[in-house]
Amino acid sequence: MKRSTMYFRMITASIARRRSRMLVALLAVTVGATILAGLVMVYYDMPRQMGEQFLAYGANMILVPNGDSEGMTEDEVQEAIGAIGGVESDISYCYESATINDAPIIITGCDLDKTYATSPYWQIEGALPSKPGEILVGLEQAQFFSLHVGDTVSIAYLPPDATAATAGVNLNGAVEGKVFQGFTVSGILDTGGSEENYFFMSDKDMEALIGRSLTYDVTELRINADADELQADVEKIEANVPGVSPQLVKRITESQTTVLSKLSALVLLVTVITLALIMITVATTMTAVVTERRREIGLRKALGASDGSIMFEFMGEGLLIGFIGGLLGSFLGFGFAYLVSTNVFNSTITFLPALIPVTIIVALAVTALACILPVRNATKVDPALVLKGE
Amino acid sequence: MALLELKNVYKIYGDLHALDDVSLKIDVGEWVAIMGPSGSGKSTVMNIIGCMDKPTRGEVLLDGVDIANESSRGLTDIRRDKIGLIFQQFHLINYLTALENVMVAQYYHSMPDEKEALEALERVGLADRAKHLPSQLSGGEQQRVCVARALINHPELILADEPTGNLDESNEKIVLDLFRQLHDEGTTLIVVTHDAEVGAAAERVITLEYGKVTSEDGDTSFGKVARRDVV
Ligand SMILES: Nc1ncnc2c1ncn2[C@@H]1O[C@H](COP(=O)(O)OP(=O)(O)O)[C@@H](O)[C@H]1O
Ligand SMILES: [Mg+2]
Repeated sequence: MKRSTMYFRMITASIARRRSRMLVALLAVTVGATILAGLVMVYYDMPRQMGEQFLAYGANMILVPNGDSEGMTEDEVQEAIGAIGGVESDISYCYESATINDAPIIITGCDLDKTYATSPYWQIEGALPSKPGEILVGLEQAQFFSLHVGDTVSIAYLPPDATAATAGVNLNGAVEGKVFQGFTVSGILDTGGSEENYFFMSDKDMEALIGRSLTYDVTELRINADADELQADVEKIEANVPGVSPQLVKRITESQTTVLSKLSALVLLVTVITLALIMITVATTMTAVVTERRREIGLRKALGASDGSIMFEFMGEGLLIGFIGGLLGSFLGFGFAYLVSTNVFNSTITFLPALIPVTIIVALAVTALACILPVRNATKVDPALVLKGE
Repeated sequence: MALLELKNVYKIYGDLHALDDVSLKIDVGEWVAIMGPSGSGKSTVMNIIGCMDKPTRGEVLLDGVDIANESSRGLTDIRRDKIGLIFQQFHLINYLTALENVMVAQYYHSMPDEKEALEALERVGLADRAKHLPSQLSGGEQQRVCVARALINHPELILADEPTGNLDESNEKIVLDLFRQLHDEGTTLIVVTHDAEVGAAAERVITLEYGKVTSEDGDTSFGKVARRDVV
């Protein structure tokens, strides 16, 4: 039999047949490795997770007409989108003033099917307009005008060129040149924000009502990029599309960065504490183990073991525990990360195979470090004590 | 030819002379018993001969080499290569089987050889207990495993400190028979014992009292020196 075979037989027997003590150390390493592997996996995945999370709360860049221009044309918007990459969705809004029974309102034309992508938090009672002549009414306006899903409403639009020149007041008090159009309320929009003050209709209905093709007042973009990339995108659009002024939605991108850096500090702290705890537990256990096994150490020395082989054997037991703990921990850590990911972030996590060797190496390093002192103490045992009947 | 020679050996703990000017010579192949009352220095002299301790003063020649001047690493090498140890408290490694305990001695000496280790167990009548843990063996069986372990590397010298102190009569007899066989094969045996029968089996009895050799011929009646090392 090879000496190495006997070596492994001895250290595995020591761990397998003297379970109680070594289990404590193994448990410590496993739990520690689980936490570390899990944290690293969640942390590694976090920017992606956070990106998705924050994007889920809407756009992170808006385009508005540049200073003197009245509105952005469809072409200008497409040019801006083409100038940058990573645009996951976009929606352009055109706002106009109109009236209902002479009370002023704001009507908005947009591609309604796109609203879900940039505004997933919109809550609609009823449905989005799907046919010509349907309209989505903001909650405030619905309450003000007592509108319900299925009601019809007549919206009057006064073209800007009509007001000054051709407008006159007729006997009924109605303004000449006004265009009237009847709409059916398909849904009531509840957002908790300013959207509740508007009436939304499709681009086509809006064009029909105001009698010309739309120019847009604002385009919301959802871009998958971090803060730096977004800033670069702003510069690209400014340089390439003169009619468009891009603006970052600061609230979202900045908090995203802040949260990430705070979390990374937290992860680092937890990592350091966990490593320290594993080390303390393993060192304490190994110290107890060495004390417990003084007679055995003395006996081994009496049988001719050198200090080096005593260290090699105890270190081997420590490292075997480190290895098993690291291996278990890397898999349990994935489970832990998966749970955190599904419960906290509502998304799945990508398994990092590289984390298995990394976790094992870290666990080995930590146990080795923790074992140095106890193992050195083991060599100080006097072989003579075995002959003295204690 | 002397295998072992102690010349004016002292071991002093504070004021206590555990060994007080001990000189003795043991030839190759001799079977010697060391007897004496408790505390007379028997284990102390065994520790020194067994290269596990150094004398305070004096020369200890093993195969002509003065082990009193060896480094602890040198002592480890000598112990491993030349000496087989048997203890009163068995001292088996409790998580290893009988067979593995024997193989540990091979492991530190040279190469573990399962077949040879099994033969050693067979020799002490424990082939069928090879896979048992020490806790599954009786005291006598454990001591026989120790004997198998002590003889596995064919040492020149076997040291046994009270080997039968914890054994019943039948196991004592088995161990003594094994000693006889080893003696017949030419192994030098030094056996510390309280037991007159074990002492009588040896060729020569050295008696210690208060750290001094009081007889070298088998006269086991103690009380030849007054205790004068307690000042
Ligand atoms: N490490 C030590 N420190 C102090 N005194 C010791 C030590 N080892 C042995 N002694 C003392 O030396 C004397 C001889 O001890 P020992 O050789 O063990 O006797 P025994 O003949 O019973 O085996 C005893 O008085 C014992 O108390
Ligand atoms: Mg003794």
